[in-house]
Amino acid sequence: MESIATREAYGKTLVELVENKDIVVLDADLAGATKTAMFKKACPERFFDMGIAEGDMMGTAAGLAVSGKIPFASTFAIFAAGRGFEQIRNSICYPNINVKIAATHAGVTVGEDGGSHQAIEDISLMRSLPNMVVLNPADAVEARQMVLAAAEYVGPMYLRFGRAATPVIHDESYKFELGKGEVVKEGKDVSIIATGIMVAKALEAAETLKAEGIDAEVINISTIKPLDNELVLASAKKTGKVVTAEEHSIIGGLGSAVCELLAEEHPVKVTRIGVKDVFGQSGSPAALLEHYGLTAADIVKACK
Amino acid sequence: MNNNELKAIAKEVRIDIIKSVSEAKSGHPGGSLSAADILTVLYFDAMNIDPSNPKWEDRDRFVLSKGHGAPALYAVLAERGYFPKEELLKLRKFGAMLQGHPDMKKTPGVDMSTGSLGQGLSAANGMALAAKLDGKDYNVYALLGDGEVQEGMIWEAAMSAAHYKLDNIIAFLDHNGLQIDGSNDEVMSLGKIAKKFDAFGWNVISIDGHDFDQIKKAIEMAKEEEGRPSIVICETVKGKGVSFMEDQAGWHGKAPNAEETAKALEDLEGGLK
Repeated sequence: MESIATREAYGKTLVELVENKDIVVLDADLAGATKTAMFKKACPERFFDMGIAEGDMMGTAAGLAVSGKIPFASTFAIFAAGRGFEQIRNSICYPNINVKIAATHAGVTVGEDGGSHQAIEDISLMRSLPNMVVLNPADAVEARQMVLAAAEYVGPMYLRFGRAATPVIHDESYKFELGKGEVVKEGKDVSIIATGIMVAKALEAAETLKAEGIDAEVINISTIKPLDNELVLASAKKTGKVVTAEEHSIIGGLGSAVCELLAEEHPVKVTRIGVKDVFGQSGSPAALLEHYGLTAADIVKACK
Repeated sequence: MNNNELKAIAKEVRIDIIKSVSEAKSGHPGGSLSAADILTVLYFDAMNIDPSNPKWEDRDRFVLSKGHGAPALYAVLAERGYFPKEELLKLRKFGAMLQGHPDMKKTPGVDMSTGSLGQGLSAANGMALAAKLDGKDYNVYALLGDGEVQEGMIWEAAMSAAHYKLDNIIAFLDHNGLQIDGSNDEVMSLGKIAKKFDAFGWNVISIDGHDFDQIKKAIEMAKEEEGRPSIVICETVKGKGVSFMEDQAGWHGKAPNAEETAKALEDLEGGLK
């Protein structure tokens, strides 16, 4: 299976959008890493490096958006959602302004840079903001379609991308639909509801479970907010058991969103796979995923 | 507009500030009164705007970065005809168009929602960048508080405006010297504020923020400046025009009671010297 980083797809898709003259791209001195440098090369006049000043970048993006532009503001997830939180809240979400925050290097697969740079709480922060749409693609194919959809959608949006190359699970015929989850594999015994890089691991887990006679349903939730309530409920009603999987804290992310829904509408047993309320550390992405319990084997265990 | 006309409008604006804050029983009269003359000149003399078309694409923009000065902005907007003056007496009340801090989605004429200090100048920069991209010649005006420049984000934005040569940014610093907890010098000294903006690459103009001629002239000078943003450092008096509020930090964020309101209106009607 081919592996591509979702940040790579982000940069390439921005270049595809270059003919849309309203699109402007901002970065905070990380254009090479976030891949906005591809847009900078293609269209330097609509690229603005704001320096290492994420708060100012968010505010400037807001000012551009109220003047008719479609800004994509990029930096690492920790600095976008973390450092820029209050600017995103008050200058973007409160006035419901059309800014796309495209955050890369999310989760522990940032790897060697360590815990200071591994955003494991960004989904939680962004999900708590009224008017915000939160997207987290499963692979590069979905990431591309999300960026295209983001350029069309009017309103605040947080797009979460990863640093590491991750398996491409979709073929080019896949069609991302904003607000809709995707049943990647149908099943009847347990629902694995996953997001981002954990979708591929959920599929791997489903294969293992199949050999053991357990028929798992795998759902890709790439729009974390608004959540596809209908799909999650239908699956939970069918299988009666849910496992969520995300490269994020178990607090406030997809697992929480699913629990909130199911607790109110159809309580079933839920097991959350995620980072268990601890910070990350340096290491290879693979070593970190294993250490924090984010592997296919961990999903298999939770499904039993 | 001549100075006598501006003076008459600024007087009405101050009266409306007192009446609206008094009726709301909360709000920020001190910094609204200190900014009243600057806002009056902007909206009645300097800015290219059309109150019947608040979203006109070619209009000059204004960002009240010191969002708590909202009563002054609202009074000026109402006086200019953006909405009926009756709205001023609903300030801060449930369901009102006039929120505690400016809300662009609720109030015609408000170009940017503000309130959290430090954020407005960045938004103004974004508007100014958009003008450059679109080849439009509108100016973006911003009003900063002196306490507000303690926020680091102001200096991020100060750097950006100079870096991108935003000569269509005309900022004002309402330098009344006071903030909630006391004087700037007691709380967190601003140091040589004019020199700081100069060092960041701005065109700095220092004036008396209650002198209409000086405000008008500063705006003309700022408009002529090419290749860098301008800031007009306005020496002002907090609570200007109301005897017992002048130069009192205590009136930063407190509404006058009935008796104080009567006295304040008496001062303003009489034209406190």
